[in-house]
Amino acid sequence: MVNTSTTLAGLRLRSPTVLASGILDETGSAMHRAARSGAGAVVTKSIGAKPRVGYANPSCIELDGVGVLNAVGLPNPGVENVAQELWAAARGGVPVIASVFGGTPEEFSEVGGMMAGYGAQAIELNLSCPHAKGYGTEIGTDPALVTEVVRAVKQRVRLPVFAKLAPNVPDIAGLAKAAVAAGADGITAINTVKAMAIDVRAGRPILANRVGGLSGRAIKPVGLRAVYEIAQEVDAPIMGVGGVYTGEDALEYIMAGASAVQVGSAVMERGWDVFAKIDSELKALLDECGYPSVEAARRVAVTAK
Amino acid sequence: MTFTTRVTRVVEENPKVRTIHFRHEKAGEARPGQFVMVWIPGVDEVPMSLSKAGRECAVTVGAIGDATSAMAGMKKGDVIGIRGPYGRPYSMTHRRILFVGGGTGIASIATAVEAHRKKRRSCTVALGARTKELIFFANRFKRAGAKVRITTDDGSMGEKRFVTDTVEEELRRGAFDAVYTCGPEKMMARVVDIANAARVEVEASLERHMRCGFGICGACTLDDGGERVCQEGPMFTGKELRKITEFGKYHRDASGRKVA
Ligand SMILES: Cc1cc2nc3c(=O)[nH]c(=O)nc-3n(C[C@H](O)[C@H](O)[C@H](O)COP(=O)(O)OP(=O)(O)OC[C@H]3O[C@@H](n4cnc5c(N)ncnc54)[C@H](O)[C@@H]3O)c2cc1C
Ligand SMILES: Cc1cc2nc3c(=O)[nH]c(=O)nc-3n(C[C@H](O)[C@H](O)[C@H](O)COP(=O)(O)O)c2cc1C
Ligand code: FES
Repeated sequence: MVNTSTTLAGLRLRSPTVLASGILDETGSAMHRAARSGAGAVVTKSIGAKPRVGYANPSCIELDGVGVLNAVGLPNPGVENVAQELWAAARGGVPVIASVFGGTPEEFSEVGGMMAGYGAQAIELNLSCPHAKGYGTEIGTDPALVTEVVRAVKQRVRLPVFAKLAPNVPDIAGLAKAAVAAGADGITAINTVKAMAIDVRAGRPILANRVGGLSGRAIKPVGLRAVYEIAQEVDAPIMGVGGVYTGEDALEYIMAGASAVQVGSAVMERGWDVFAKIDSELKALLDECGYPSVEAARRVAVTAK
Repeated sequence: MTFTTRVTRVVEENPKVRTIHFRHEKAGEARPGQFVMVWIPGVDEVPMSLSKAGRECAVTVGAIGDATSAMAGMKKGDVIGIRGPYGRPYSMTHRRILFVGGGTGIASIATAVEAHRKKRRSCTVALGARTKELIFFANRFKRAGAKVRITTDDGSMGEKRFVTDTVEEELRRGAFDAVYTCGPEKMMARVVDIANAARVEVEASLERHMRCGFGICGACTLDDGGERVCQEGPMFTGKELRKITEFGKYHRDASGRKVA
C-alpha cells in the first residue's frame, strides 16, 4: 500500500494534508478537531503581539463557483492569550505550526519566541496577508525585509521556520530564495490572491475592507505555478496551498514540487473530513500512477522533459 | 445566488422590535431555526434567524447596536444583502413541544411553532423578556393556535417572574416530548437543566460571533469539541450540549478572546 506519510524540515507528518492558517484554527478545540479529522499537521491562525478584532463584516463571503473572498483583517486575541489554545491543539497529536505576523522583524521574533515557548513545533511567517495595513504583503514583497524577518526569527527560535509567500508579486521564486538564504527551513505558497467583489444594487464593494483575498478552486492554477517556480529555485521543502479540494489537486502540487499541501476553503464543501478524504484519494491516485510515496512523485512535473 | 435584494415591507412589532420583509429564493427554502447573514451596506453584516420563510422571507430584530439599529430603521425599497440559509435547523420530529423564547431569541422559534401547528401538533410557547417592549409575536403564536405564556422581569406584561419558572411549572405537568429554546445563554442553560431533570428532550439554538457563516473562519467554534455554531449548530441537542464545555459559561469576542 502506498504510504503518504512525509517528513518536512524535520517534522513528521502522518498525512501530507495540513490545516491552513486562518481556517478553523481560532481555538485549540477546533485545531484538535482538524487533527482528529485526519490533518497531518495544523497551522494556527496568524497571531500578533496585540489583540485585534479585525475588520467589520462582511469579511468573508462565498463567490458562487469561484471561491471565497475574505478580508478578516488578522483578528486574533494577542499572543499572550493563546498559550491555552496551543496546549489544547497539541492534544491532537500532530505537529502544531504557529503562524505569526508582525509589523517589524522584532515583532515577528518576539511573537515567534513566545509561540515556541507555548510548545509550537514550527513557525510559519505570514509574509503574505494581502489586506492588513502595515503587515503581510507590505513586508513580504520586499526581499530585504523578508531576509531581516527570517533572520530575526531564526536567531530567536530553534524550530523549523516556514516563510509563507503571496502570489501578488512579480517574482515569488526570488522571494523564496531570499527567505531560504536567510535561514528559512521551508516555504509555504501561496496566500490568497488580491481580489474584490462589487454589489451592483448597493453600488459598493461588498467586503467592509473593500478589497480582500481570493481563495479556493479559482486560485489553484496560480498556486501551482508559484510552487513550480519556487521548486526550480530552492531545495527547501514546500507546502503547497491554494485550491486543494481533492487528492488529484494535492498530487498536482506534489508534482510541482510540494512535500505537503495545506487545505483551507475546501473544508466548506467537504466538511471536517476533507483531510482524510484527500489523503485516501491521494493514496489511490499515487497507487494508480505507480508512485510508492509522496517523495517519489515530488517534482516529477518540474523535471519532466 | 443574488447577494442583495430589496426590503418589501417593515412591520413594527413593538417600540423596539421590527420585522424586515424581503424576497430571496434560497432563504425562502430555509427550515425552522436556520439563519442568514444580513448585510446592511455601509454598516455591518450580522447573523439573523429567519422569522419567516417562503415566497416572502423576514428577519426580526431588536435594536441594540449599530447593525440592528440600522436595520430597525430600514424602509421599503432599501437594499439589503442576504446569504444563506445556513446552519442546522430544529429537528421538528417531536409531537408535543414547549417552546421557550427569551428576548430576540423569540424570532428563532417563530417558524418552528407555525410549522408544528400546521401539522396540528400541540405547542405551548413561553415568552420571556426584561420588559414588555421586548416581547413580540405573542398574537402571532396565538393565531397559530399555540398556548402562550408571557413573563417579564418587571411585570410590565404577563406574569412577573422568570421564564424558567414557567418552564418548570409546565414540565411538572408533563405532556411534553421536547423543549425548543432560543434566548440568552444563561437562560438556555437553565432551561436545559430543567429539561434534563424532567427527562424531556431539549434543543437549544446557540449564538456566537460569526464572520463567514459557512464553516471556514473558525470564529464560532465551541470548546472543547470544536463544533461550529454556523454549521453543526446553531441548534444543538441536550445530549450534545452536555459535551459543550463552554455552554452557559463563556464565549469569544471578535478577537477570539474569551469573555464571560
Ligand atoms: C445564529 C444567530 C441568529 C441570530 N438571530 C437574531 C435574530 O433573529 N434577531 C436579532 O435581533 N438578533 C439575532 N442574533 C443576534 C445578532 O446577530 C446580534 O445581536 C447582532 O449581531 C448585534 O449587532 P449590532 O451591531 O446591533 O450590535 P453590537 O453593538 O455590534 O453588538 C451587540 C452584541 O451582538 C454581538 N455581535 C455583534 N456582531 C456579531 C456577529 N457578527 N455575530 C454574532 N454576534 C455578534 C456582540 O458580540 C454583542 O454581544 C442572532 C445571532 C446568531 C449567531
Ligand atoms: C477566512 C480566511 C482567513 C485566512 N487567514 C489567514 C491568516 O490569518 N494567515 C495566513 O497566513 N493565511 C490566511 N488565509 C489564507 C489561507 O491560509 C490560504 O493560504 C488560502 O486560503 C488559500 O488556500 P485555499 O484555497 O485552500 O483556501 C486565510 C484564508 C481565509 C479564507
Ligand atoms: S462563522 Fe465562520 S466558521 Fe462559523
